[in-house]
Amino acid sequence: MDQKTLAAAFPHTAPVLMGYLSIGVVFGWMMSAAGFVPLWSAAMSVTIYAGSGQYLGVDLLANASPLADAAFLTLVINFRHLVYGLSMLEKFQGMGWRKLYMIFSLTDETYALLAGVKAPEGVDEKRFYFTIAVLDHLYWIAGSLLGAVAGALITINTEGIDFAMTALFLVIAVEQWQSGAKRAPVYLGAAGTLACLLVFGPQGGRFLIPALVILVAGLLLLRPRLEGGGMQ
Amino acid sequence: MTTMEIAALVAVMAAVTFLTRALPFLLFGRGGEPPKVVLYLGKFLPPAVIAMLIVYCYRNVSFAAADGWAPAFIAGLAVVLLHVWKKNNMLSIVGGTVLYMVLVQLVF
Repeated sequence: MDQKTLAAAFPHTAPVLMGYLSIGVVFGWMMSAAGFVPLWSAAMSVTIYAGSGQYLGVDLLANASPLADAAFLTLVINFRHLVYGLSMLEKFQGMGWRKLYMIFSLTDETYALLAGVKAPEGVDEKRFYFTIAVLDHLYWIAGSLLGAVAGALITINTEGIDFAMTALFLVIAVEQWQSGAKRAPVYLGAAGTLACLLVFGPQGGRFLIPALVILVAGLLLLRPRLEGGGMQ
Repeated sequence: MTTMEIAALVAVMAAVTFLTRALPFLLFGRGGEPPKVVLYLGKFLPPAVIAMLIVYCYRNVSFAAADGWAPAFIAGLAVVLLHVWKKNNMLSIVGGTVLYMVLVQLVF
């Protein structure tokens, strides 16, 4: 990471700096409130590196969830990454050893940056992308560690701080809702999951497995309608 | 939980997350066209999944007494209204969470 590339990349990442520090702080704080030492928050942010995935991770750790449940829920929540990868296939070509890291670090925010930026004149494109990815990751780690240490030192009553996960998903849903995207998938997701919750009960979150089956089946049935409407 | 159990959970989450990011490159990195149905699900499944996760977050509400549902619904409504109004992620998340904490600790 040379200085010229860093100087070119940093301004692009400034909004992510603000976002990751704050969302990371809340994550670290939730981890400490759940009784995990700051090292675990840092370890998760280094190796998992996924916002909503790690918020869910706090929930999984706090409930000592079975590994299979953790694997399933992580898969479901990160499914959207498949789309990001598909649109980065060309961009990451020829990045050599850096490619593996680029794939690992493809979060929502880094994806959005990489999709929109161009390396300035005289700056190597591949190094530029790589620097953006590394900076974003560092912000996330720093935020998590900061929140975890603060949460460990400041002893206020933190009952209810886990609501931050609900709040995060609600925020994502509001943005989705206002983006002008089709709403049938949202109705299907809410109704299908609610039905499974009522039938199977909340224990361990296992009702999400039949719910996911219903969502995929429902979406496949809706395909002619959803895709048809998109081609005018 | 023991250190090993925590480490195992973290490792599973890390491995699965990486898998979801790497899969497109493993499957289609050599020039193959992704099947249309994969692209379709990739586009329309994420919003459905977010709705599903919100229901998951609310799975333990109980309507037997006000303290079983009111804090989560009032704070949730606050998050939505704050976000429609200011469109600031941090404000919506922290504002809603603090309200929820106040509600469960002091009000209900």
